[in-house]
Amino acid sequence: MNLLHYTLHLADNALIIGHRNSEWCGHGPILEQDIAISNIALDYIGQARNFYQYAAELTGNGATEDSLAYLRDAIDFKNCLLTEVPNGDWAQTTLRQFFFSAYQYFLYEQLQNSSNQQLAAIAEKALKEVTYHLRWSSEWVIRLGDGTEESKQRTLRAIDELWSFTGELFTPADYEQQAVTEGYGVDLSQIRENWYKKVTAVFEEATLPLPKENVWMQTGGKTGVHTEHLGFILADMQFLQRAYPGAEW
Amino acid sequence: MSNTEWPLWEVFIRSKQGLDHKHVGSLHAADAQMAIENARDVYTRRMEGVSIWVVESKYVHASNPAEAGALYDPANDKAYRHPTFYHLPDEVKHM
Repeated sequence: MNLLHYTLHLADNALIIGHRNSEWCGHGPILEQDIAISNIALDYIGQARNFYQYAAELTGNGATEDSLAYLRDAIDFKNCLLTEVPNGDWAQTTLRQFFFSAYQYFLYEQLQNSSNQQLAAIAEKALKEVTYHLRWSSEWVIRLGDGTEESKQRTLRAIDELWSFTGELFTPADYEQQAVTEGYGVDLSQIRENWYKKVTAVFEEATLPLPKENVWMQTGGKTGVHTEHLGFILADMQFLQRAYPGAEW
Repeated sequence: MSNTEWPLWEVFIRSKQGLDHKHVGSLHAADAQMAIENARDVYTRRMEGVSIWVVESKYVHASNPAEAGALYDPANDKAYRHPTFYHLPDEVKHM
Protein backbone atom coordinates (compact mmCIF):
# COMPACT_ATOMS: atom_id res chain seq x y z
CA MET A 1 0.00 0.00 0.00
CA ASN A 2 2.81 2.38 0.85
CA LEU A 3 4.64 1.53 -2.35
CA LEU A 4 1.45 2.29 -4.26
CA HIS A 5 1.09 5.72 -2.65
CA TYR A 6 4.72 6.51 -3.32
CA THR A 7 4.40 5.47 -6.96
CA LEU A 8 1.17 7.44 -7.41
CA HIS A 9 2.85 10.49 -5.94
CA LEU A 10 5.60 10.26 -8.56
CA ALA A 11 3.05 9.62 -11.31
CA ASP A 12 0.75 12.49 -10.30
CA ASN A 13 3.64 14.96 -10.22
CA ALA A 14 4.54 14.06 -13.78
CA LEU A 15 0.95 14.06 -15.05
CA ILE A 16 -0.06 17.38 -13.57
CA ILE A 17 3.01 19.39 -14.54
CA GLY A 18 2.85 17.70 -17.92
CA HIS A 19 -0.72 18.84 -18.32
CA ARG A 20 0.18 22.38 -17.29
CA ASN A 21 2.96 22.50 -19.85
CA SER A 22 0.68 21.05 -22.52
CA GLU A 23 -1.60 24.06 -22.04
CA TRP A 24 1.12 26.07 -23.80
CA CYS A 25 0.73 24.02 -26.95
CA GLY A 26 -0.26 26.47 -29.67
CA HIS A 27 0.30 29.44 -27.33
CA GLY A 28 4.09 29.46 -26.94
CA PRO A 29 5.85 32.82 -27.29
CA ILE A 30 7.57 31.63 -30.48
CA LEU A 31 7.11 28.55 -32.62
CA GLU A 32 10.39 26.93 -31.57
CA GLN A 33 9.67 27.34 -27.87
CA ASP A 34 6.10 26.16 -28.36
CA ILE A 35 7.60 22.91 -29.67
CA ALA A 36 10.16 22.82 -26.85
CA ILE A 37 7.61 23.03 -24.07
CA SER A 38 5.25 20.63 -25.84
CA ASN A 39 8.14 18.16 -26.04
CA ILE A 40 8.67 18.55 -22.31
CA ALA A 41 4.97 18.01 -21.72
CA LEU A 42 5.15 14.79 -23.72
CA ASP A 43 8.20 13.64 -21.75
CA TYR A 44 6.11 14.04 -18.61
CA ILE A 45 3.15 12.14 -19.98
CA GLY A 46 5.61 9.35 -20.78
CA GLN A 47 6.96 9.36 -17.23
CA ALA A 48 3.45 9.46 -15.82
CA ARG A 49 2.44 6.45 -17.94
CA ASN A 50 5.39 4.42 -16.71
CA PHE A 51 4.59 5.15 -13.08
CA TYR A 52 0.82 4.66 -13.54
CA GLN A 53 1.31 1.33 -15.30
CA TYR A 54 3.30 0.12 -12.34
CA ALA A 55 0.77 1.61 -9.91
CA ALA A 56 -2.03 -0.17 -11.78
CA GLU A 57 -0.16 -3.45 -11.39
CA LEU A 58 0.14 -2.79 -7.66
CA THR A 59 -3.53 -1.82 -7.41
CA GLY A 60 -4.92 -4.86 -9.21
CA ASN A 61 -8.72 -5.21 -9.53
CA GLY A 62 -8.59 -4.26 -13.19
CA ALA A 63 -7.03 -0.85 -12.58
CA THR A 64 -5.23 0.64 -15.57
CA GLU A 65 -3.03 3.63 -16.20
CA ASP A 66 -6.12 5.34 -17.61
CA SER A 67 -8.37 4.61 -14.66
CA LEU A 68 -5.73 6.01 -12.32
CA ALA A 69 -5.26 9.17 -14.35
CA TYR A 70 -8.86 9.81 -15.35
CA LEU A 71 -11.09 8.39 -12.65
CA ARG A 72 -9.60 9.55 -9.37
CA ASP A 73 -10.75 12.71 -7.61
CA ALA A 74 -8.64 15.67 -6.52
CA ILE A 75 -8.38 14.40 -2.96
CA ASP A 76 -6.70 11.21 -4.23
CA PHE A 77 -4.04 13.08 -6.18
CA LYS A 78 -0.66 13.28 -4.46
CA ASN A 79 1.17 15.78 -6.66
CA CYS A 80 3.08 18.67 -5.14
CA LEU A 81 1.22 21.98 -5.22
CA LEU A 82 3.96 23.52 -7.35
CA THR A 83 2.95 21.36 -10.31
CA GLU A 84 -0.64 22.63 -10.36
CA VAL A 85 0.09 26.36 -10.14
CA PRO A 86 -1.40 28.12 -13.19
CA ASN A 87 1.04 28.90 -15.98
CA GLY A 88 1.07 32.68 -15.67
CA ASP A 89 3.50 34.24 -18.12
CA TRP A 90 6.56 32.66 -19.70
CA ALA A 91 8.74 33.79 -16.79
CA GLN A 92 6.50 32.00 -14.31
CA THR A 93 6.26 28.81 -16.37
CA THR A 94 9.99 28.54 -16.96
CA LEU A 95 10.78 29.33 -13.31
CA ARG A 96 8.30 26.66 -12.15
CA GLN A 97 9.94 24.27 -14.57
CA PHE A 98 13.37 25.16 -13.21
CA PHE A 99 12.37 24.65 -9.57
CA PHE A 100 10.70 21.37 -10.39
CA SER A 101 13.31 20.03 -12.80
CA ALA A 102 16.10 20.71 -10.32
CA TYR A 103 14.10 18.75 -7.72
CA GLN A 104 13.37 15.91 -10.13
CA TYR A 105 16.96 15.78 -11.28
CA PHE A 106 18.33 15.11 -7.81
CA LEU A 107 15.35 12.91 -6.92
CA TYR A 108 15.72 10.60 -9.93
CA GLU A 109 19.48 10.55 -9.54
CA GLN A 110 18.90 8.89 -6.16
CA LEU A 111 15.86 6.89 -7.21
CA GLN A 112 18.02 5.10 -9.78
CA ASN A 113 19.52 3.30 -6.79
CA SER A 114 16.15 2.31 -5.39
CA SER A 115 15.85 -1.24 -4.15
CA ASN A 116 12.66 -1.37 -6.19
CA GLN A 117 13.74 -2.29 -9.70
CA GLN A 118 10.69 -0.83 -11.43
CA LEU A 119 11.13 2.59 -9.83
CA ALA A 120 14.88 2.48 -10.43
CA ALA A 121 14.42 1.67 -14.12
CA ILE A 122 11.84 4.42 -14.67
CA ALA A 123 14.08 6.94 -12.88
CA GLU A 124 17.09 5.96 -14.96
CA LYS A 125 15.18 6.38 -18.20
CA ALA A 126 13.57 9.67 -17.15
CA LEU A 127 16.77 11.20 -15.83
CA LYS A 128 18.06 11.91 -19.35
CA GLU A 129 14.91 13.87 -20.16
CA VAL A 130 15.01 15.71 -16.87
CA THR A 131 18.64 16.65 -17.43
CA TYR A 132 17.55 18.44 -20.57
CA HIS A 133 14.52 20.05 -18.86
CA LEU A 134 16.86 21.40 -16.19
CA ARG A 135 19.27 22.80 -18.74
CA TRP A 136 16.49 24.37 -20.80
CA SER A 137 14.70 25.94 -17.85
CA SER A 138 17.93 27.15 -16.19
CA GLU A 139 18.80 29.03 -19.33
CA TRP A 140 15.42 30.70 -19.44
CA VAL A 141 15.68 31.81 -15.82
CA ILE A 142 19.12 33.28 -16.55
CA ARG A 143 18.00 34.85 -19.80
CA LEU A 144 14.93 36.52 -18.32
CA GLY A 145 16.44 37.32 -14.91
CA ASP A 146 19.44 38.99 -16.51
CA GLY A 147 17.49 40.30 -19.51
CA THR A 148 15.48 43.48 -19.91
CA GLU A 149 13.92 45.54 -17.14
CA GLU A 150 10.54 43.99 -17.96
CA SER A 151 11.77 40.40 -18.06
CA LYS A 152 13.49 40.92 -14.71
CA GLN A 153 10.33 42.34 -13.13
CA ARG A 154 8.32 39.41 -14.43
CA THR A 155 10.84 36.93 -13.07
CA LEU A 156 10.85 38.65 -9.67
CA ARG A 157 7.07 38.45 -9.61
CA ALA A 158 7.26 34.77 -10.51
CA ILE A 159 9.67 34.14 -7.64
CA ASP A 160 7.21 35.83 -5.27
CA GLU A 161 4.41 33.65 -6.53
CA LEU A 162 6.25 30.34 -6.59
CA TRP A 163 8.79 30.36 -3.81
CA SER A 164 6.35 29.34 -1.07
CA PHE A 165 5.52 26.21 -3.09
CA THR A 166 9.11 24.94 -3.11
CA GLY A 167 9.19 23.89 0.54
CA GLU A 168 6.72 21.08 -0.02
CA LEU A 169 9.11 19.39 -2.43
CA PHE A 170 11.32 18.53 0.55
CA THR A 171 8.70 18.03 3.23
CA PRO A 172 8.17 14.29 3.23
CA ALA A 173 4.69 12.82 3.45
CA ASP A 174 4.21 9.72 5.59
CA TYR A 175 4.49 7.43 2.59
CA GLU A 176 7.79 9.05 1.61
CA GLN A 177 9.27 8.52 5.06
CA GLN A 178 8.02 4.97 5.05
CA ALA A 179 9.55 4.48 1.59
CA VAL A 180 12.94 5.54 2.91
CA THR A 181 12.60 3.15 5.85
CA GLU A 182 11.69 0.33 3.50
CA GLY A 183 14.66 1.10 1.29
CA TYR A 184 13.08 2.06 -2.03
CA GLY A 185 12.40 5.78 -1.47
CA VAL A 186 14.60 8.84 -1.66
CA ASP A 187 15.55 10.74 1.49
CA LEU A 188 14.45 14.27 0.61
CA SER A 189 16.64 15.88 3.25
CA GLN A 190 19.63 14.65 1.27
CA ILE A 191 18.66 16.21 -2.03
CA ARG A 192 17.45 19.48 -0.54
CA GLU A 193 20.95 20.88 -0.17
CA ASN A 194 21.86 20.09 -3.77
CA TRP A 195 18.66 21.70 -4.94
CA TYR A 196 19.36 24.88 -3.00
CA LYS A 197 22.91 24.97 -4.35
CA LYS A 198 21.67 24.67 -7.91
CA VAL A 199 19.08 27.40 -7.38
CA THR A 200 21.73 29.62 -5.79
CA ALA A 201 24.10 29.17 -8.73
CA VAL A 202 21.47 29.86 -11.38
CA PHE A 203 20.00 32.84 -9.50
CA GLU A 204 23.48 34.28 -9.11
CA GLU A 205 24.09 34.05 -12.83
CA ALA A 206 20.64 35.51 -13.45
CA THR A 207 21.42 38.40 -11.06
CA LEU A 208 18.31 37.48 -9.07
CA PRO A 209 18.05 37.87 -5.29
CA LEU A 210 17.90 34.52 -3.53
CA PRO A 211 14.79 34.17 -1.37
CA LYS A 212 15.22 33.03 2.21
CA GLU A 213 15.34 29.31 2.70
CA ASN A 214 13.40 29.07 5.92
CA VAL A 215 10.21 31.01 5.38
CA TRP A 216 6.62 29.82 5.66
CA MET A 217 5.86 27.27 2.99
CA GLN A 218 2.67 25.83 1.49
CA THR A 219 2.05 22.13 1.98
CA GLY A 220 -0.76 19.66 1.45
CA GLY A 221 -0.62 18.51 -2.16
CA LYS A 222 1.21 15.30 -1.33
CA THR A 223 -1.62 14.24 0.95
CA GLY A 224 -4.49 15.35 -1.25
CA VAL A 225 -5.08 18.84 0.13
CA HIS A 226 -4.83 20.86 -3.07
CA THR A 227 -5.26 24.40 -4.28
CA GLU A 228 -8.51 25.10 -6.10
CA HIS A 229 -6.57 24.89 -9.38
CA LEU A 230 -6.30 21.10 -9.40
CA GLY A 231 -10.08 20.70 -9.64
CA PHE A 232 -10.12 22.76 -12.83
CA ILE A 233 -7.24 20.76 -14.30
CA LEU A 234 -9.05 17.50 -13.58
CA ALA A 235 -12.34 18.84 -14.92
CA ASP A 236 -10.56 19.66 -18.15
CA MET A 237 -8.50 16.48 -18.29
CA GLN A 238 -11.08 13.96 -17.08
CA PHE A 239 -14.22 15.29 -18.72
CA LEU A 240 -14.16 13.01 -21.72
CA GLN A 241 -13.57 9.77 -19.84
CA ARG A 242 -16.21 10.64 -17.28
CA ALA A 243 -18.83 11.78 -19.78
CA TYR A 244 -18.13 8.93 -22.21
CA PRO A 245 -16.63 6.10 -20.16
CA GLY A 246 -14.20 3.99 -22.15
CA ALA A 247 -14.23 6.38 -25.12
CA GLU A 248 -11.45 5.68 -27.59
CA TRP A 249 -10.30 7.18 -30.86
CA MET B 1 7.90 44.81 -34.84
CA SER B 2 10.76 43.63 -37.03
CA ASN B 3 13.40 44.70 -34.50
CA THR B 4 11.92 42.37 -31.88
CA GLU B 5 12.37 39.28 -34.05
CA TRP B 6 15.09 36.88 -33.08
CA PRO B 7 17.71 36.24 -35.76
CA LEU B 8 17.31 33.38 -38.20
CA TRP B 9 19.62 30.35 -38.06
CA GLU B 10 20.33 27.60 -40.56
CA VAL B 11 20.38 24.12 -39.10
CA PHE B 12 22.56 21.21 -40.17
CA ILE B 13 22.06 17.73 -38.77
CA ARG B 14 24.31 14.70 -39.00
CA SER B 15 22.15 11.63 -38.98
CA LYS B 16 24.80 9.01 -38.23
CA GLN B 17 28.40 8.85 -37.13
CA GLY B 18 30.59 9.21 -40.20
CA LEU B 19 28.04 10.90 -42.43
CA ASP B 20 28.15 14.59 -43.19
CA HIS B 21 25.91 17.29 -41.77
CA LYS B 22 22.96 18.06 -44.02
CA HIS B 23 20.96 21.24 -44.17
CA VAL B 24 17.51 20.50 -42.71
CA GLY B 25 15.91 23.92 -42.37
CA SER B 26 16.00 27.12 -40.38
CA LEU B 27 14.61 28.55 -37.16
CA HIS B 28 14.63 31.61 -34.93
CA ALA B 29 16.69 31.88 -31.76
CA ALA B 30 18.19 34.58 -29.58
CA ASP B 31 21.71 33.14 -29.62
CA ALA B 32 23.75 30.12 -30.70
CA GLN B 33 23.04 28.11 -27.55
CA MET B 34 19.30 28.58 -27.92
CA ALA B 35 19.55 27.83 -31.63
CA ILE B 36 21.11 24.44 -30.90
CA GLU B 37 18.43 23.65 -28.32
CA ASN B 38 15.65 24.78 -30.64
CA ALA B 39 17.17 22.66 -33.39
CA ARG B 40 17.20 19.71 -31.00
CA ASP B 41 13.53 20.26 -30.23
CA VAL B 42 12.39 21.02 -33.76
CA TYR B 43 14.54 18.75 -35.91
CA THR B 44 15.64 15.74 -33.82
CA ARG B 45 12.36 14.68 -32.23
CA ARG B 46 12.25 11.47 -34.23
CA MET B 47 15.84 10.41 -33.70
CA GLU B 48 17.05 12.14 -36.86
CA GLY B 49 20.43 13.13 -35.58
CA VAL B 50 23.55 12.66 -33.51
CA SER B 51 25.09 16.08 -34.11
CA ILE B 52 23.83 19.61 -34.77
CA TRP B 53 25.46 22.62 -36.41
CA VAL B 54 23.82 26.02 -36.49
CA VAL B 55 24.94 29.04 -38.49
CA GLU B 56 23.30 32.41 -38.30
CA SER B 57 21.67 32.84 -41.69
CA LYS B 58 23.21 36.25 -42.30
CA TYR B 59 26.63 34.59 -42.45
CA VAL B 60 25.62 32.34 -45.31
CA HIS B 61 26.56 33.94 -48.63
CA ALA B 62 24.76 32.54 -51.63
CA SER B 63 25.28 32.73 -55.37
CA ASN B 64 22.81 34.89 -57.24
CA PRO B 65 20.19 32.84 -59.13
CA ALA B 66 20.15 35.53 -61.83
CA GLU B 67 23.75 34.66 -62.60
CA ALA B 68 23.07 30.97 -62.95
CA GLY B 69 23.65 31.11 -66.67
CA ALA B 70 27.10 32.65 -66.44
CA LEU B 71 28.10 30.52 -63.50
CA TYR B 72 26.93 27.04 -64.44
CA ASP B 73 26.06 26.79 -68.12
CA PRO B 74 29.68 26.93 -69.33
CA ALA B 75 30.25 23.55 -67.67
CA ASN B 76 27.55 22.02 -69.85
CA ASP B 77 29.64 21.26 -72.93
CA LYS B 78 32.83 20.28 -71.14
CA ALA B 79 32.20 16.58 -71.02
CA TYR B 80 35.96 15.94 -70.94
CA ARG B 81 35.95 17.09 -67.31
CA HIS B 82 34.14 13.90 -66.39
CA PRO B 83 36.39 10.90 -66.00
CA THR B 84 34.35 8.99 -68.59
CA PHE B 85 37.08 8.57 -71.23
CA TYR B 86 39.22 6.18 -69.29
CA HIS B 87 39.11 2.53 -70.10
CA LEU B 88 38.55 0.53 -66.96
CA PRO B 89 40.28 -2.86 -66.88
CA ASP B 90 37.84 -5.68 -66.24
CA GLU B 91 39.83 -6.69 -63.17
CA VAL B 92 38.74 -3.53 -61.44
CA LYS B 93 35.42 -4.23 -59.88
CA HIS B 94 33.12 -2.11 -57.79
CA MET B 95 34.03 1.22 -59.38
